[in-house]
Amino acid sequence: MVPLNWYIWLSAILFCTGMFGFITRRNLIIMLLSVEIMFNGVNVSLAAFSHYLQDAAGQVLVFIVIAVAAAEAAIGLALVILLFRHHETIMIDEINEMKG
Amino acid sequence: MQYYVLIPLLPLSAFVLNILFGKKITNIFGESFKIGAHWISLLGVASAFVLSIIAVKDVMDGHVVNADLYTWITSGNLRVSIGFLIDQLTAVMLVVVTSVSLLVHVYSIGYMHGDKGYYRFFSFLSLFTFSMLMLVMANNFLQLYFGWEMVGLCSYFLIGFWYEKKSAASAAKKAFVVNRFGDFGFSLGVMLVFLTFGTLHYADVFQGLPGIIGQKITVLGFRTDLVTVIALLLTCGAIGKSAQLPLHAWLPDAMEGPTPVSALIHAATMVTAGVFMIARTAPIFNASRTAMVCVMLIGGCTAFFAATIALVQNDIKRVIAYSTISQLGYMFMACGAGAYAFGIFHLYTHAFFKALLFLCAGSVMHAMQGELNIQKMGGLKKYMPVTYWTMLLASLSISGVPGLSGFFSKDEILLKTLASGLPFSGVVWVLGMLTAFLTAFYSFRVIFLTFHGKFRGHGELTHHLHESPPSMAFPLMVLAVGAVAAGFVGIPHSLGGHDAFARFLEPVVGEARSEGSVAQQWVVMGLSILASTAGIAGAAYVYLKKTDLPQMVAESFHHLHSLLYNKYYVDELYDLVVVRLFYRISRGPINRIVDGRIIEGVVNGVPSLIAWSAARLRRVQTGVVLHYSLVMAGGLFAMVVYVLARLWKVI
Repeated sequence: MVPLNWYIWLSAILFCTGMFGFITRRNLIIMLLSVEIMFNGVNVSLAAFSHYLQDAAGQVLVFIVIAVAAAEAAIGLALVILLFRHHETIMIDEINEMKG
Repeated sequence: MQYYVLIPLLPLSAFVLNILFGKKITNIFGESFKIGAHWISLLGVASAFVLSIIAVKDVMDGHVVNADLYTWITSGNLRVSIGFLIDQLTAVMLVVVTSVSLLVHVYSIGYMHGDKGYYRFFSFLSLFTFSMLMLVMANNFLQLYFGWEMVGLCSYFLIGFWYEKKSAASAAKKAFVVNRFGDFGFSLGVMLVFLTFGTLHYADVFQGLPGIIGQKITVLGFRTDLVTVIALLLTCGAIGKSAQLPLHAWLPDAMEGPTPVSALIHAATMVTAGVFMIARTAPIFNASRTAMVCVMLIGGCTAFFAATIALVQNDIKRVIAYSTISQLGYMFMACGAGAYAFGIFHLYTHAFFKALLFLCAGSVMHAMQGELNIQKMGGLKKYMPVTYWTMLLASLSISGVPGLSGFFSKDEILLKTLASGLPFSGVVWVLGMLTAFLTAFYSFRVIFLTFHGKFRGHGELTHHLHESPPSMAFPLMVLAVGAVAAGFVGIPHSLGGHDAFARFLEPVVGEARSEGSVAQQWVVMGLSILASTAGIAGAAYVYLKKTDLPQMVAESFHHLHSLLYNKYYVDELYDLVVVRLFYRISRGPINRIVDGRIIEGVVNGVPSLIAWSAARLRRVQTGVVLHYSLVMAGGLFAMVVYVLARLWKVI
């Protein structure tokens, strides 16, 4: 029986890895991948707590998160393609137009 | 049956429709097709007129309405309702207001034809009618005050209707500001009524009146009678609105507005408000002899004062304006003498012949291409017969020629003043008699100079002289019938009548103080007939026979003439005492400190503060995604730290 602590540690490590990738990488696709890793970190902890508390609500929430993440990935990739058509690059340090 | 609610509401809805959609209607149908505006207003006012007639019939059958519709304001023990009181006095006023207003509307179709503010004019006319109807139908002081102020506001709109003209704009301002002086006193009066009685309903106030007679109040260190103070404060408002001394100065200047507006202001919707208010609050005035004498003296002096000015004015509308002030003086005289019913009777007859005089003057002006100087007219009789004959009837009526409406009312006022037995009533009576003579004289001076003799104007103008269109001539004829016959409802006993008008009003305003002895009745009647015939004959002699006489008299009494011609220099006096003083105060400290520092500071300070902080905030937004993601991660970290710290404490 794997204790709950381990799952929480795994979740935290996944989340931090994702965050680290999101902050340090310049490639938009890699950044999106990092966001997915952060999602999954959260998912692990949700599933673990769900099992620990014997409450199915946590697992239901995980499915919702997966669905949202799928939608987010689809829109995000579409945006990346559009961005590439415009600027011929997906390196975000070369794009600084997000200001009023 | 609550049809009476519609009486003010119909003109109001006409106003709303016209002011909101009048321009659209004009635009849709093109400039030449302005049918929408006046039909809407006419329909509203005409239905109000019909309903007023029904209201009169109901009141005659004995149905007096005094109903609260809904609560308007509740605050502490102040409770004010919107309510209507339809009694005999209101019924008379309803007919006067709606009938004159209706005819003025009809007349305006012809008179204002082609004006670019056509729809605006009709919407304000309707609003004016609505305000006056609210005023006369109120059953409490605050609603009266509401109507009172609305009337003032509408007069401002309409006097300044041609606002591009500087004189019109300043006349409108003058009317508004001078009225404010009177209204200030009036509002104090209303407040004092509330403080004294704890209510603003007429019925409750009059019921509580016997309880406070004899009470004293300290005003500015003087101990005076409470009722007298209330009555005098109310009089203050009446003086402003009814253009009595010393607040009469706005009325002659109000001539700058279009002529139908003058007719409306002078006959129905504005200046009569003061007299109406005094009659409405008659019990309060009856309780204070001092206030009554004051009102009577003000009326007598104003009547005489204004009549003397009217003698020498050359502007046809100004003469009529001063004659209005003078006739209002008569009404005040009657109210002061306690003969409220006869004051209202004169108001009612006066409405017809004064509206007629103004509309005739407008008709003359129309033909003369805007010329107002009677010295440049003459011989217009053959060009405009309808205007001539109707104006002649109006002048005969205002002069008090026996058998016409003005005779009955004026004669009764003079009689009741003499018989009242109040102090100074003799003096006021003499002033009234002199005024009767002067009235006849100046009225016929206008008639003779305008319509008789040879044309003295520019030669070219003769080709333009023409009778006015039917929409203008028709109201003249209707009003002429009124000017002749309106008095028949109040033929006094001494002439075999029943004094029906005064009997009708008796339940509201009470009887006159004294009927006067038979001898007094005949003497007063004889003298007033003498005065009017002497006036007419004098005018005929001076202006038809010896046409060089006026010039000679004016030259030999040079000082007197210029004193009268310049209206006793009242305007100049006000300019010196009030206007300059206020200018000095407002130019200096108020302009510099309040306007320059406080208002400008706030107005300019707020935007510059926003601009300053925005310039700093803008730097946060760099446009680099990395910065945003760092801020997000930092925020997340801070949140986690916060939550963990809280959890630490719990554990």
